[in-house]
Amino acid sequence: MGTIIEFRNITKRFGPVVAVDDVSLTINEGEFFALLGPSGCGKTTLLRMLAGFELPTRGQIFIDGKDISRAPPNRRPVNMVFQSYAVFPHLSVLKNIEYGLRMDGVPAAERRARAEAALSLVQLEGYGERMPDQLSGGQRQRVALARAVVKRPRVLLLDEPLSALDAKLREELRFEMSALQDKLGITFVMVTHDQDEALVLATRCAVMNKGSLMQVATPADLYEFPASRLVADFIGSVNLFAGNVRSEEANHAIIDLPELGISAWLDHGTGTSETVQLWLALRPEKVELMKRGTTDRPPVMEGTPPGYNVAAGTILDIAYLGSESVYDIRLDGPETGKEGKRIRVIRPNLTRWDQEDFTWDEPVWIGWHAEAAHILQQ
Amino acid sequence: MREEPGLLDYARRWPLRLMVGTTFVFLYAPLFVLIAFSFNDSRRTARWVGFTLDWYKAAFADRELIAALGNSLTIAAATTLLSLILGTLAAIALWRFRFTGRAAVDGAFSLPIVAPEICMGVAMLIFFARVLPWPVGLPWPLNLGAIIIAHVAFAFPFVAVVIRARLASFNREMEEAARDLGAGPWRALADVVLPHLGPALVAGALLAFTLSLDDFVITFFTAGPDTVTFPVKVYSMVRFSVTPKVNAISTLLLVITVILTFIALRLQARATAEKPA
Repeated sequence: MGTIIEFRNITKRFGPVVAVDDVSLTINEGEFFALLGPSGCGKTTLLRMLAGFELPTRGQIFIDGKDISRAPPNRRPVNMVFQSYAVFPHLSVLKNIEYGLRMDGVPAAERRARAEAALSLVQLEGYGERMPDQLSGGQRQRVALARAVVKRPRVLLLDEPLSALDAKLREELRFEMSALQDKLGITFVMVTHDQDEALVLATRCAVMNKGSLMQVATPADLYEFPASRLVADFIGSVNLFAGNVRSEEANHAIIDLPELGISAWLDHGTGTSETVQLWLALRPEKVELMKRGTTDRPPVMEGTPPGYNVAAGTILDIAYLGSESVYDIRLDGPETGKEGKRIRVIRPNLTRWDQEDFTWDEPVWIGWHAEAAHILQQ
Repeated sequence: MREEPGLLDYARRWPLRLMVGTTFVFLYAPLFVLIAFSFNDSRRTARWVGFTLDWYKAAFADRELIAALGNSLTIAAATTLLSLILGTLAAIALWRFRFTGRAAVDGAFSLPIVAPEICMGVAMLIFFARVLPWPVGLPWPLNLGAIIIAHVAFAFPFVAVVIRARLASFNREMEEAARDLGAGPWRALADVVLPHLGPALVAGALLAFTLSLDDFVITFFTAGPDTVTFPVKVYSMVRFSVTPKVNAISTLLLVITVILTFIALRLQARATAEKPA
């Protein structure tokens, strides 16, 4: 699994606008790599430079060690699935798929055979003679996919490949694309603004913002160990609390959280001093909800592990989503009478009655394990 | 009880019927008169005497008239071809590229559309008299060169406008897809952009052909004694006397135009049915 693509100090300007700002990135052979970020973050520009539709203002792009930064699109070992699919409307499905092979001068018989094979790869056997306007959106997407992979590119580029489809179909095609990549063993590079899509499909993601790379990691690492508040907030939802280290030991640290009026245990050291501003990131599903009743004393439960953190709050709002419920909770905070921070908690509905456990304006305890939180320094 | 006409039942409201009817009378009555009297067996055009095809025979026997018609058709064909090429390239250049002075070029292209024809005519006259004197006595059809240049100059902006309107609905990712799949820039243009333009090319060609065929003002200023076109010839004939011969040849021209338009519309309809934009 060697390096297949390398971006070296790539900068792209459109007039005064810096779309991509000094990005260096390597992508390995066989990866399903996702470029993720909000719109206008430069992810599409990066992909278009890889395809050859834009030329970098500065820097170089290598594929298989060869500098292709300035090669025209038709001289690059990459093929692309466009956001609009760009299936040629005046050619039949089969002719669409054969187009790339015809450009390469592949003889007619071989062309036909390979196109048919590609068609069955995307499960569209028998659709060869149809015109594109006789196909559904999902089928057109498959034709675009077949047309791109039939040339056996070194890298397949996907520009928001599923964004034009409805939710149900999108989910179906996600798994199909994963399976297709396994089967073909081609390196996939995908651009998406949909974090779910990136998490499901990608083996590795780069999160971009304002033209720069924020973090490059596996989906699980992005979610569990985000490098910054920005990444934590973009991937999934997160509760952030400002704080400082109070004491740091070999195997744990204690963090003061003035907004909550408590000190929290953390299962790892932070490597910083007391004066450094930190943020405690807590994912909603990693927070537990407990009945409070009328007592003001935190629950000391049987078997509570050391370092279990507890804070008091009141339920503001509940969103019942079927599989789970989302609770919006106002924490009591350090001073009585003043409005405290809000925290979002997700609780799976394990039985059919779980959703009735808590109700509006109910006082609750929230709690989380020392291993649940993650410390951010920027 | 009488039913009230629905909101969209225009045909059932008499003021609208009257308006539509009058419009059709003014549109088509003169044409029907023209056609009818081309078959009239009388020198005078005002009174119906009897049916005859003599005027058609006379028209075809008139060497000068037929030569003028030949000139007109030749000029129209050449103008169509050149305007189509120039207009398409101009439209693609303005659509495809960003360059300094783009707005100025855009405006310059549409000037011939808004400029009064008489100004164009005088300008062409001076241009061919002073700047580029077209040699006299060239063999046919080279002697028509000046008129063709003048016609292309005012016809191709119309073609460009039609092509640009069609290009606006073109998905650029189509062209990029062709490039991505291995086509060079010209190949992508031919394989993907031109097929999309199909209906607009037909419409543009038709426009250029009819503009050239019936242009009088500009041609009048650029035509020489041996390069008389059909409209100019008809005008000079009418100055002496209106004979049904003119009616006959005009009817023929009308028939040709209608047939061409019909073919063009059919082609266009088929093109749109095959590839919705």
